[in-house]
Amino acid sequence: MSARKVAVLKGGRSLERNVSLRSGAHAQEALERLGHDVVGLDVGPELVARLREERPDVAFIALHGRDGEDGTVQTLLEAIGVPYTGSGPAACMRCTDKVLAKYLMREGNIPTPEFHSVREAAIKELGAADALLDVEAALGFPLVVKPASQGSALGVKFARTGEELPRALVGAFSYDSKVLIERYVKGRDLAVSVLDGEGQPPPGGERGAPRADGTAPVALPVVEAVPREEDFYDYESRYEIGMTTFVCPAELEAETTARAQQLALQVYTLLGCHGVARVDLMLDRDSGELWVLETNVVPGMTETSLLPQAADAAGIGFDELIARVLASAWRRAPAPAAAPA
Amino acid sequence: MHGSMSGAGDGRGTRPTAHELARYEALFAARTRSMKSSAMREMMALTARADVISLAGGLPDTSTFAPELYAKLMSQVAAESTARALQYGPTEGMAAAVECIVEVMAAEQTRVDPGEVIVTTGGQQVIDLVCKALIDPGDVIVAEAPTYPGAVPTFGAYQAEVAQIEMDADGMPIDELERTLDSLQAAGRRPKFIYTIPNFQNPGGVTMSLPRRRRLVEVARERELLVLEDNPYGLLRYEGEPLPTLYSLDAQAAGRGGGADLVIYLGTFSKILSPGVRLGWAVAPRPVLEKLNLGKQGADLCTSPVTQLFVAAYFQERDVSGEAGWRGYVERLKDLYRRRRDVMLQALTEHFGDAARWTEPQGGLFIWATLDERIDTTDLLALARKSGVAFVPGRAAYMNGRSGSSSMRLNFAGVPDEEIREGVGRIGKVIREQLGLFGTLTGSSGQASGRLPAAEPAGEQSTPLADVVALPRPKQEGSARRRLDR
Repeated sequence: MSARKVAVLKGGRSLERNVSLRSGAHAQEALERLGHDVVGLDVGPELVARLREERPDVAFIALHGRDGEDGTVQTLLEAIGVPYTGSGPAACMRCTDKVLAKYLMREGNIPTPEFHSVREAAIKELGAADALLDVEAALGFPLVVKPASQGSALGVKFARTGEELPRALVGAFSYDSKVLIERYVKGRDLAVSVLDGEGQPPPGGERGAPRADGTAPVALPVVEAVPREEDFYDYESRYEIGMTTFVCPAELEAETTARAQQLALQVYTLLGCHGVARVDLMLDRDSGELWVLETNVVPGMTETSLLPQAADAAGIGFDELIARVLASAWRRAPAPAAAPA
Repeated sequence: MHGSMSGAGDGRGTRPTAHELARYEALFAARTRSMKSSAMREMMALTARADVISLAGGLPDTSTFAPELYAKLMSQVAAESTARALQYGPTEGMAAAVECIVEVMAAEQTRVDPGEVIVTTGGQQVIDLVCKALIDPGDVIVAEAPTYPGAVPTFGAYQAEVAQIEMDADGMPIDELERTLDSLQAAGRRPKFIYTIPNFQNPGGVTMSLPRRRRLVEVARERELLVLEDNPYGLLRYEGEPLPTLYSLDAQAAGRGGGADLVIYLGTFSKILSPGVRLGWAVAPRPVLEKLNLGKQGADLCTSPVTQLFVAAYFQERDVSGEAGWRGYVERLKDLYRRRRDVMLQALTEHFGDAARWTEPQGGLFIWATLDERIDTTDLLALARKSGVAFVPGRAAYMNGRSGSSSMRLNFAGVPDEEIREGVGRIGKVIREQLGLFGTLTGSSGQASGRLPAAEPAGEQSTPLADVVALPRPKQEGSARRRLDR
């Protein structure tokens, strides 16, 4: 692809600001090595003005969480006619809202752990607290409580008993007025990244159904996150304190790998993702079943992030990965002026 | 650089791949794994915004220093000591700065031998150098609970295990300390040093009583243990009588008319003058001092002569009545901070009310507030941030990153009265929201569930000490945090 002017959108006001700044810096370096004219923009009140001033051909979205992953920035970019990488507003909204994504998966017959959701307003104004016992009875303990739209470990709470549930809910409500209450699946933590591309799938990859333009989503090798200590109840530390190592490709039976990749491709298509996404799954220790937890439309791009690790295992270097993600902007762009030269 | 890291003939030229990036990870020292920033710290970094009232910092109010005086002193240093200011200085510090230190120590009622002083780059460097000199991976440090949040990463970086001892209104209970020392001894472990902030403790806001000070020195002498006495705020006392430093008590007990045997004293100009000058010091027994000096040679050769000469010039200033100018400035700071403390205490009564208990410090910069044990202040900070106010969640003061989860540290010194009131009011509002939600969820009234027994600072006194011991996990491999790093 010929050299372009690329604005890397990063930072912002999300709780994942720091991770985003690192993802953005890495993407920026790669884009420069690819020969593009790159400008990094820390997203804030000046965003539209800066975009008008810089006039980029394309925006590379390296924002995580609020604004960047929930469709806000995508909507804005469409309004001012700047092509951008990754999923469109609707897919962003579907994936970022964990509750909505779960309902859609349930409707699409994708296996996802049993759940309910509750809004703070329903507790305050509709007496929803009285329904919690029913929720507990339906789901059983332990339960995981997650803010509906928080991408990081912040606010993810674990409740072993009914007594622990209020604390978990109040903690999660600190981050979002809507929370997901989900049955806890004990097992292995897997992630499958999906990348749009052309031609044959890379080694270890699984190709989805091709689209009209000849491209098809490809599921990359499975990554397993292995907690260093077998404390399943300490949910937060499991994700926070450097207690996890990653194995890629995950050591799984061939059918399990294939099934995880197929599920990821199905979810990717179901939720309408574009360009790239990462689907998180659990391999049930008791039943051996795979459960889909959630989908991230702007996966991390730091040194230790899962997407670059998975791509690397498939022989796709970081620069090539970034080039592919960048190409996703053109494929969607409808205006002829924005098409590649 | 990238080329040299990449394997030859891999067909990917000089472009680093994720795999190659991971190779850097393999080059990092094991200690970097205990240097990880937690999600809580990441979130705190996000509160550093202009539109947020920050009660989180450890800041004195440097806007109170007269600009003309600063300009005059700097010009004086520039004009009169050009070559010296621009040159390297001795590792132990310049004599002119040591004189100032001896003067401050005298104001603390503590006589020191200038030959037992080392000038450091801020008080923080003393903590680092003491660890560097004393701590091998897995060694034990005994500290207060809660402890200075800024010492937590330093202890972690040296792969120390830290036993934290819950304080009460009189500071660290020495009987608890002895029990901990006994159980460590029974396990064949000997702590290297006891870390304490006896005056207006950061973050607890409490002061160690005189009997406990005496007993602590006795215990240290009986067991031949070093004590690191961190005393940044001793001169910022707003009420009550000053208590003797541990250093002076130990020197007295040694009975030679000289310095202390087992107490390493940490002082700083940060709170009585300016943290920007990065000037601190240690007073230590000579064998320890030598190791600190060697450590400092490796760290930064010497403390900036520019700032040492600046402080020396400042200490020459006299006010109209011929009194030392720096003493007058400290008095003005005390008046200012005393008022701000009172403003905050009043705001806490008004806005936290029954929903919390808090310490009433006789000096220093911080109040430690403890809420209903169901409230996690790390989560509360997420809410508070939306309301434009920040504090330090209690977990930052615990090595395990878990205890102290319903407490918070509030700084009253660095922000004007109005912002203190507004900030505390905003935090009070989010606390009430959370308590109200608890009330709705558990069928009790929010107020009632927030009511706590008065008196006594710091939560979790019932936690057995053994649970507070053990901490970083030095032997871990790998690194990445999943959700945080995505």
